[in-house]
Amino acid sequence: MIRIYNLTALLIYFLAVITISVVPISSQAGEWDFSGSISGETRLFPYSPAFAEQDKMTISPSVAFEAEIVYEWNDYSDRITFTPFARLDVHDDNRTHYDIREASWLHLGEGWDLTVGISKVYWGVTESRHLVNIINQDDAVEDIDGEDKLGQPMVNFNLEKEIGTFSVFVLPGFREREFLEHNKRLSGPFRIDTDLTTFEADSGNHNVDFAARWQHMIGDWEIGLSHFHGTSREARLLQTMSNNETIFVPHYDQIDQTALDIQYTTGATLWKFEAMSRSGQGDRFAAFVAGFEHTLYAVIGGRADIGILVEYLYDDRDSLLAPITTTDNDIFAGVRLAMNDTQDTSFLIGGIVDHNNGSSFLTIEAERRIGSDWKIELEGRFFENIDQTDPAFIFAQDDFITVRLSRYF
Amino acid sequence: MINITTNKVVKSFVGAVASISLLTFSAMAQTPAEKGLQIAIDTDKADTGWGDSTVGMKMIMANAQGQTTTREIRLKNLEVIGDGVGDKSLTIFDTPRDVKGTAFLSHTKVLEADDQWLLLPALGRVKRISSANKSGPFMGSEFAFEDILSPEVDKYTYTYLRDEACGDMDCFVIERIPTYENSGYTKQIVWIDKEAYRYIQIDFYDRKESHIKTLSFSNYSQYLGKYWRAAKFEMVNHQGGKSTILEYDNYEFATGLTDKDFTSNRLKNIR
Repeated sequence: MIRIYNLTALLIYFLAVITISVVPISSQAGEWDFSGSISGETRLFPYSPAFAEQDKMTISPSVAFEAEIVYEWNDYSDRITFTPFARLDVHDDNRTHYDIREASWLHLGEGWDLTVGISKVYWGVTESRHLVNIINQDDAVEDIDGEDKLGQPMVNFNLEKEIGTFSVFVLPGFREREFLEHNKRLSGPFRIDTDLTTFEADSGNHNVDFAARWQHMIGDWEIGLSHFHGTSREARLLQTMSNNETIFVPHYDQIDQTALDIQYTTGATLWKFEAMSRSGQGDRFAAFVAGFEHTLYAVIGGRADIGILVEYLYDDRDSLLAPITTTDNDIFAGVRLAMNDTQDTSFLIGGIVDHNNGSSFLTIEAERRIGSDWKIELEGRFFENIDQTDPAFIFAQDDFITVRLSRYF
Repeated sequence: MINITTNKVVKSFVGAVASISLLTFSAMAQTPAEKGLQIAIDTDKADTGWGDSTVGMKMIMANAQGQTTTREIRLKNLEVIGDGVGDKSLTIFDTPRDVKGTAFLSHTKVLEADDQWLLLPALGRVKRISSANKSGPFMGSEFAFEDILSPEVDKYTYTYLRDEACGDMDCFVIERIPTYENSGYTKQIVWIDKEAYRYIQIDFYDRKESHIKTLSFSNYSQYLGKYWRAAKFEMVNHQGGKSTILEYDNYEFATGLTDKDFTSNRLKNIR
């Protein structure tokens, strides 16, 4: 943890050197931009916790802050971005955290670009699971949906050619996944001790990982082929004893993951497919997500859109030798409603159902802007009909509702 | 595109000659369809060769009570001249602040569906999206997506209606009917000024053939000594009384934008 932030400090130092040596002194040559948000939220856990020592946290508030400071110069061909993030949580000391989401220098060339520093990369096309999206570690204490990511130190070069965009990534410095505090909501019955974390690589969290990607558009098809070599972003949790207490310790394996993502766009329908094959965690295993998103435009008085999402999720990983997944043979279905009003009101209802045991995870989201600078969001996450054999069983009592009010500046 | 247009002209001309061959003295005159198409071609021609441009835009949306919501947007446009392809455009949102950084890339095509991508800045995700949405509102405004697309000649069939005074100018009035799929309109009546072939007004007729919206163009300025751009677009919806004004500011041409600035890879880093 401390070592990572030493690395972060090194990168910030490196960026400072770039800034001082490359940014022209003349103030009119460049342009500053400053923006961000502050949000207050409260989580509501309506049910009693499953385990005796767990906090109730019936009403669990927190505040979060994110800023983005950008300096552009050289006719917008060079850019430095600095995006700090922090959350202060009343109940969970681990959810109280900060992160440098971005601290990078970007150069845009003619048909190529280069990023040096801490940044974020998104790969993939599906909605219910992001199998292919491997560069950044999940910010797992933020939310359980896998959408929030930690900043990843990188050197990334992209080259655009007639036959596609070729990307290479050198990823120095591994970001460990954080876990919610023991005996808090969504933490399960056992303590996860990240001070005892182990790595397959001798260099531990200093291992340099590599990735490469080819992405191309052929008419209505978008195709991405990628390979990752390095430290698994998912930890295996190894059971052990410490002071007569059963605890779990994260272990990070070295993996090779080859992945494919395809989207076919026809009319109002997007057909989506993501697949990956991974070695390094027991036998080589494969996983895929396949489905579609179909939108009905201009309904409800000619203004709103209704999107229908259906995806099938499959994963044949070994349940002991590979990190746990709950989406081994599941079906996702969702409906997205965008009102297309001036306040951008929208709703999402979705559910993932395990085909084997019927365990379900339901999510409901609603949001609306208030005035020009405020936004209110409502999120509900519900674990329904969770089977005792399902890995999500430890969360069966942890249904929660989040109400969030954000001010943008 | 030019070939298709010429073929259409030739075909309708042959048809017209056959049908009116008895009226010897009128044989050389244009039919309303020919004249309407000719006006559309001349309008397109008057706006050919501008190359590339950038402009800032304020979108001011008013409800029936007159309360307004404003969006600030920057647009980058690249003219593409060729068979079956249209212009490329980038739309970048600056306000409201919660959608800041959202960007929309469009590669217009004449007869096929356009290629469109959306940048979702919070995730850093570029998503290829469907371009089948023509009649839905653009960003909550009274403009439909089809109202803001570049008006390629072959996207409509035309009929010349009449000449008419429009303000202190003289206008051609033509009717155009969308030929592309998913349009929310049965027809549009378009006023184009005779002197410089500028759009002055468009009346939109919905699927029930009723006059639903009126778009007025004003505050024209000329750029590069040739190309006219309106600084104000005002769309009034006659059902419900809502309106949207687009105010354009700081038009720049010959900015050095190329194809490389309008790729989905570049969209990822746009701001």
